[in-house]
Amino acid sequence: MKQVFKKPHALCDVPLHYCPGCTHGIVHRLVAEVIDELGIEGTTIGVAPVGCSVFAYDYFNCDMVEAAHGRAPAVATGIKRTNQDNIVFTYQGDGDLAAIGTAETVHAAARGENITVIFINNAIYGMTGGQMAPTSLPGQITQTSPYGRNTETQGFPIRVSEMLSTLDGPAYIERVAVDCVKNINQAKKAIKKAFTCQVEKKGFSLVEVVSTCPTNWGLSPEEAMKWLQENMLPYYPLGVYCDKL
Amino acid sequence: MAEKVLLKGNEAIAEAAILAGCRYFFGYPITPQTEISAYMAKRMPKIGGVFLQAESEISACNMVYGAAAAGARVMTSSSSPGISLKAEAISYIAGADLPAVVVNIMRAGPGLGGIQPSQSDYHQATKGLGHGDYKMIVLAPASVQEIINLTAEAFDLADFYRMPVMILGDGTLGQMMEPVTFELPEGRKLPEKTWATNGTKMEREHNVVNSLYIQPDILEKIVTERNKKYQQIEETETKYEAYRMEDAEYMITAYGSTARIAKNAVDELREQGIKAGLIRPITLWPFPKEAYKQYVGQVKAILSVEMCLGQMVDDVKLAVESKVPVHFYGRWGGNIPYPNEIIEKMKEIVGGIA
Repeated sequence: MKQVFKKPHALCDVPLHYCPGCTHGIVHRLVAEVIDELGIEGTTIGVAPVGCSVFAYDYFNCDMVEAAHGRAPAVATGIKRTNQDNIVFTYQGDGDLAAIGTAETVHAAARGENITVIFINNAIYGMTGGQMAPTSLPGQITQTSPYGRNTETQGFPIRVSEMLSTLDGPAYIERVAVDCVKNINQAKKAIKKAFTCQVEKKGFSLVEVVSTCPTNWGLSPEEAMKWLQENMLPYYPLGVYCDKL
Repeated sequence: MAEKVLLKGNEAIAEAAILAGCRYFFGYPITPQTEISAYMAKRMPKIGGVFLQAESEISACNMVYGAAAAGARVMTSSSSPGISLKAEAISYIAGADLPAVVVNIMRAGPGLGGIQPSQSDYHQATKGLGHGDYKMIVLAPASVQEIINLTAEAFDLADFYRMPVMILGDGTLGQMMEPVTFELPEGRKLPEKTWATNGTKMEREHNVVNSLYIQPDILEKIVTERNKKYQQIEETETKYEAYRMEDAEYMITAYGSTARIAKNAVDELREQGIKAGLIRPITLWPFPKEAYKQYVGQVKAILSVEMCLGQMVDDVKLAVESKVPVHFYGRWGGNIPYPNEIIEKMKEIVGGIA
């Protein structure tokens, strides 16, 4: 019988710990497919963050390094500078990348560090149980914004792709979503372009993936997709924000 | 014989690191150690190395973590407030069993403190400056020549034991110039870095550099195994210098540039008929307890001289198990003790005992 579907080689054959309906599984698969298709597994080093994807080092078949909270772009810089021919990517959530790791993110981008950042924006801290993230929407109820995010006291969400695209350093930045087949296909294209950008030594690339967190949003996986479409996509418009390829 | 050159302590650290094969340096400016960065910025591009000025000490040390994970010889340097920021990554470096060299050219604290020399980070360095059960080898040179030898040794120790090694100097040592030669001691035979995350080449299982172990039993086992390494280091890697101790009745103990001042005090006390000697620890962790224990019964008192409120003095007391009275004299805030102050203090002690 002809095999029509298989696990990418770059993904380890282990069960993922993610909650039902969580989109990390989709994004892991897309990254692994891209690594397979570009034939770069043997030279790729991934950097796992602190957050829900902390165990990513057990899920990707390439060499993996676990970083301190927010420091993945600095750790990736250290790895990349030892061998510019290696492919180095970070996989980070919104709290990791846009709160505690803002400085590391902005400066890796400003340096045009030739790394690829996969940024999962699900508007909440997942691992610690659903606290307000730098990307939580105005009015969004979380454990630490129980009355809804009050922009007067808790400020406004950060649009990372827009912010970083004002810098001269980045080569490629795109925001995608994984809420439907069409968008998942686009997400795959964006991730492949980001890795290709690094392979061709064009500089810093980042793909922001608008994602869901059904568990901490208190919604079913299906409701979560709908919430993403109705609430997140208007605030975080999809599209290419920087493309120097 | 190798040519003698006149070099600042900070520059000596940088040049010795390069000679020891360090090709990656991640730094952030802070007084009084900035010459290390400046030297690296000038030299590294000429020899195919990397100098990168990071956005913070936090980032610089996490870059060190990344480069170390990839198997490189890598170093960062800072001064007291900056070292507090590096503490996070140093704990991760220790927790992931990575080799790296960190330099602290101490200035006075706490807080922003001052920019003059100090030894007030002794506790921070020797008792584990970041979170968790871990140790770091701490080397304390007392001259620019010793800086060179110990810097080379630091990289070997780091690679041999797969752990962070700190070179702990002070502003005086970093800033002063002395004639030196670059005849590095012979290095150790080092293990292959088969654990490095430098790409599988599709020839091996993937390597993972990590310090996270969710299962208590697994983490307990790993910390226990690492502790065996620490115990071995305590048994085999202590270093100290004994000066005029053979017939000494009174011991002065000091490390780093303070030990140079204390030596003058020892000579002067001898001139005045007081049989003084000096023990200068070169490794602060592991602390050379035997250096002190062997003089229990011989010396009547010990005086620890430090550029701080008194930190190493605690380790001295533990080393002699309170069998000898241990006194303290220090200056702090960026001031350095003068030989006559040490002499006066010692005479006070001698007078009290006699």
